[in-house]
Amino acid sequence: MTGVDLTLGIAGPGTRSYAFVIDWHIRLLLAAAWLLIAYYVFDVALTVKSAAGFLSILPASIIYFLYHPILEVALRGSTPGKRMAGVRIVSRDGGPPGTSALLIRNIFRLMDSLPAAYMLGLISCFVTANRVRVGDMAAGTLLVLDNAAAEKSLLRIEALATRSQLSLDALELLDQVLERWDSLESASRGQIARSLLRRLDPAADAAALEALADANLRAMLQAHLNSDTAAAHV
Amino acid sequence: MSDASHIRQWLVSRAAAWRGVVQQVAALRVQRRATVDEALGAVEAYRGLARDLATARRVAPNSRMTSGLESLYGQLHGVVNRRPRGGMAALRLLFANEIPTAAYELRARIASMGLLMALSALAGWWLVATFPTLISLFASDDMIEHVEEGHLWTEGIINVMPSSILSISILANNIVVSILAFCAGIFLGLGTLYLIAMNGLMLGAAFAFVHQHGLARALFEFIIAHGPVELSVICIAGAAGVALGESIIRPTVESRRDSFQACAHRIAPVLLLCALLLVGCGFIEGFVSPDPGFPLASRITIGIAYWSIMWILMTGRLFSAREGKKESRHEGNSA
Repeated sequence: MTGVDLTLGIAGPGTRSYAFVIDWHIRLLLAAAWLLIAYYVFDVALTVKSAAGFLSILPASIIYFLYHPILEVALRGSTPGKRMAGVRIVSRDGGPPGTSALLIRNIFRLMDSLPAAYMLGLISCFVTANRVRVGDMAAGTLLVLDNAAAEKSLLRIEALATRSQLSLDALELLDQVLERWDSLESASRGQIARSLLRRLDPAADAAALEALADANLRAMLQAHLNSDTAAAHV
Repeated sequence: MSDASHIRQWLVSRAAAWRGVVQQVAALRVQRRATVDEALGAVEAYRGLARDLATARRVAPNSRMTSGLESLYGQLHGVVNRRPRGGMAALRLLFANEIPTAAYELRARIASMGLLMALSALAGWWLVATFPTLISLFASDDMIEHVEEGHLWTEGIINVMPSSILSISILANNIVVSILAFCAGIFLGLGTLYLIAMNGLMLGAAFAFVHQHGLARALFEFIIAHGPVELSVICIAGAAGVALGESIIRPTVESRRDSFQACAHRIAPVLLLCALLLVGCGFIEGFVSPDPGFPLASRITIGIAYWSIMWILMTGRLFSAREGKKESRHEGNSA
């Protein structure tokens, strides 16, 4: 439609496993919660030999075994675990997957889980180019990274560019340094800040910059980010 | 004016449009339906964003701006290419067109699987008839003990377990067997052939064993109501699995992966029908088959009727007849 390629970040076995483990905990907790309610609130013996017991175990089994197909179809290729891990299922053209594709993907879960602990699926993820399990191959789906933070940073850069006269490169560099300020070591961030400030303002006194404290350096970078004057090369 | 300044100015000039797209995407992602104006607006925004992304990739390839635009473009691509929820029309299409088409494609393989199961059953019968001790390979000690005492293992099952529970347990087991028969097709179809042959062997062996103890009629009475459809469904799932294996061995398109994927999509509707039919089988096997109150004639009638329903659904005759009537009525009105 547009002639512009879509670039998607493929989720690797690590991210995939992370999403699966979160989902596994959610469905396990939901199923266990249902069983506890049945046992303590409705006072039902949890055994398949009595009708009441079996009908209490049945919803828990449905929650546990049909969690993925139901939620993936309802949420168009996503589950709570996938959302938390920042991934989503897409079809190979990058669009949302159809219901039949999602069902096929889940039918093959039985095969991917063989012989134990999703061994076949994991091996497939390691050896295939798109890091897909057998179910994804059959359904024509991919697990991609859902970079929601990128949109937020786009809006942030827009806002900064609107009120600042700095170049895009300088804006992004300053923004990244300030964003990661607390996670950087004190000595490293001081060195980076002084280097940036010297480039932003070549006339600045080097000795004065060396004497500046950590908080002052941060404040000066922040002031440059919000300033409406053009900077030198960064 | 420098390039850097131009880029910043361009970014500022497009900022409002991008902010609008972010809001548009957020709104459309949660909406079930969009109006024509909203859909046209999204397509227009998609084209605009594609132009901006192409520019951004050229002027600032590794910037946060470009990665933000990439992400936004991906989100909007998903919204613009979202398939509508089919509802009843999709269901009608599934039963009138997709299932019959897939079943027609599988017809030779279904017959082959039926033949394989029948031959395996004969082999199982011969094995146990010739070497009676081999029954221990196919049946549990409990089942053997029951038959040697002159009772089928299915007798009294309804007293041990309520019919509803029995139905659901049988349904779950049958669905797992059918899915396995289908999925095992990825091992070039060999996994499926093994499963079908084993099922046939077990069936033949069980019949030979109960025949030796004068219980063949009792077993026939037990399985005749649900058996025809249950065994047919396993053969259909097996045929689907073999088709899957064949799509890998002899790809019909450029790559084996694409061939495998296309085949899985083409034959998946038949599996859905299999699952639905197994629900009925579970119901019959839980409520009718173990109940001695049903005479043989009723059981045979139920078995034939249910198998006929399966045949009608597989061929799509019921729905295509309705569609034909609708079309002729529509043509009559137009004339």
